[in-house]
Amino acid sequence: MSNVFATQVGALATRGITRTMRQPAMWVPPLVFPTALMLVNSGGLESATHLPGFPTDSFLAFALAVPFIQGALFATMNAGTELARDVQIGFLNRLQLTPMRGSALLAGQLGGVVLYGVVQAIFYLAVGFVVGVDFAAGPLGLVVLLLFSIVVSLGFGALGAGLALRTGSGEAVQGMFPLLFVFLFISSMNMPRNLIEQDWFRGFATINPVSYLIECVRSLIIVGWDAEALALGFGVAGLIAVFSLVFSSFALRKRLTRT
Amino acid sequence: MTIWHVAEGVAWRTLKNVFTNVSLFLPSLIFPLFFFTAFAGGLSAVDRVPGFDYPPGYTAFQFCFVLLQSAAFGGVFTGFGIARDFEYAFAKRLLIASPNRSGIILGYAIAALVRWTVTATMLTTVALIVGMDVIGGPVDVVGLYTLALLVNVAALLWASGIAMRFRSIQAGPMMQMPVFLVLFFAPVYVPLSLLTGWIEVVAHANPLTALLETARGFVAGDPPHVLLAFGVAIGLGLAFALWAFRGLRSAEAAG
Repeated sequence: MSNVFATQVGALATRGITRTMRQPAMWVPPLVFPTALMLVNSGGLESATHLPGFPTDSFLAFALAVPFIQGALFATMNAGTELARDVQIGFLNRLQLTPMRGSALLAGQLGGVVLYGVVQAIFYLAVGFVVGVDFAAGPLGLVVLLLFSIVVSLGFGALGAGLALRTGSGEAVQGMFPLLFVFLFISSMNMPRNLIEQDWFRGFATINPVSYLIECVRSLIIVGWDAEALALGFGVAGLIAVFSLVFSSFALRKRLTRT
Repeated sequence: MTIWHVAEGVAWRTLKNVFTNVSLFLPSLIFPLFFFTAFAGGLSAVDRVPGFDYPPGYTAFQFCFVLLQSAAFGGVFTGFGIARDFEYAFAKRLLIASPNRSGIILGYAIAALVRWTVTATMLTTVALIVGMDVIGGPVDVVGLYTLALLVNVAALLWASGIAMRFRSIQAGPMMQMPVFLVLFFAPVYVPLSLLTGWIEVVAHANPLTALLETARGFVAGDPPHVLLAFGVAIGLGLAFALWAFRGLRSAEAAG
């Protein structure tokens, strides 16, 4: 990476981060709302741990995986909305008058999203430790979890950026939120898949990629080192990242041609 | 022009706006169905938890929660519309044109009620199609829907109080979050007797718990705290009516 490219990426990433930090409505809800939902759900469903075959005796430990994925969904939708706003207010047009490369725009945008993803992961881990969750995979597991958060943030961030560049509309990006919410709720977020009784729900949870993302994080927290869960989680997150990066690159090329 | 003429006009306009705008109508219809699907479908194993004793089954158990939730959010979503009316200055013209301004709140309340009736019909139909068991008789069913209706009115009055004080859609989270929290601090997933820790303490103190337990009791044919539940619902309605009418006065004073 040349110095010029790095400078361009750094400038755009800094702009994105500064803009986010100046608007608490952009960064507070993705931290607070998933944490609150986790605490409420784990309080209400603690007795579910008495079900035969439930993998842990702490529902809080079981549920701690959910904010990692939910927070990533929130944050990347917000980031996508901001990029769409850049399109709407003509920032992209003005950027084209400068020597800035298109790829630097995307890299800068994703750099900010990934950095915020890491901050979120550390926050959720801290909440987990404060409420007394034991981390089964130990210190190395924490590193793996942060790495996983980076891949997930990159994937969802690129998806949000792709949608923003494709549609050029913040409303259209926000319109995707209910769909992502459906993917989150009809997954194994509240119950292990083998304990879901309704066949249709278990079937959907099984083909739902979000289940594997949650189960990867969950395995590090309550099992320790589960090669299958880790392989599936990183595999799914990697596929989402590759697909989203290709999608957003094409969307960027088309957007820059249009403008 | 009486209070009813004003109420009729406001209700008609609000309903026309809602039912002709998919982005306004669809979320209030889809989200309860979605919550019902996610909770009743994904958590049905919870009825095998030792100590869980609810004869109609977990689908009915969750239906009661989602019915009350849809009633509350039906009121809150209508509150968003009131805030929007103030933001776009339509409400100013409404205040000038209305000889009896109490009719404005009544009109919004009627609209919220009609809007929720559509959602409740859809939710009940889906629940019956997927095999929800109702043990309670006709009187219990009337009791269940009357309780939910009171929740709808109370939530609308709460949200309109906020909307008329802040007169901006940016107050949306202030309308929504307390309702969301009060609902989820009740025994959502398991009966009160199975809750432990901090949520048990909070759920015991939460006035919505009596409503939820009674709603579930109506479906099971054995409602536990009918007087308390209706007392709480009517009490909240009266308190929020005062809150809403004072909000209206505040909006009038602001001009």
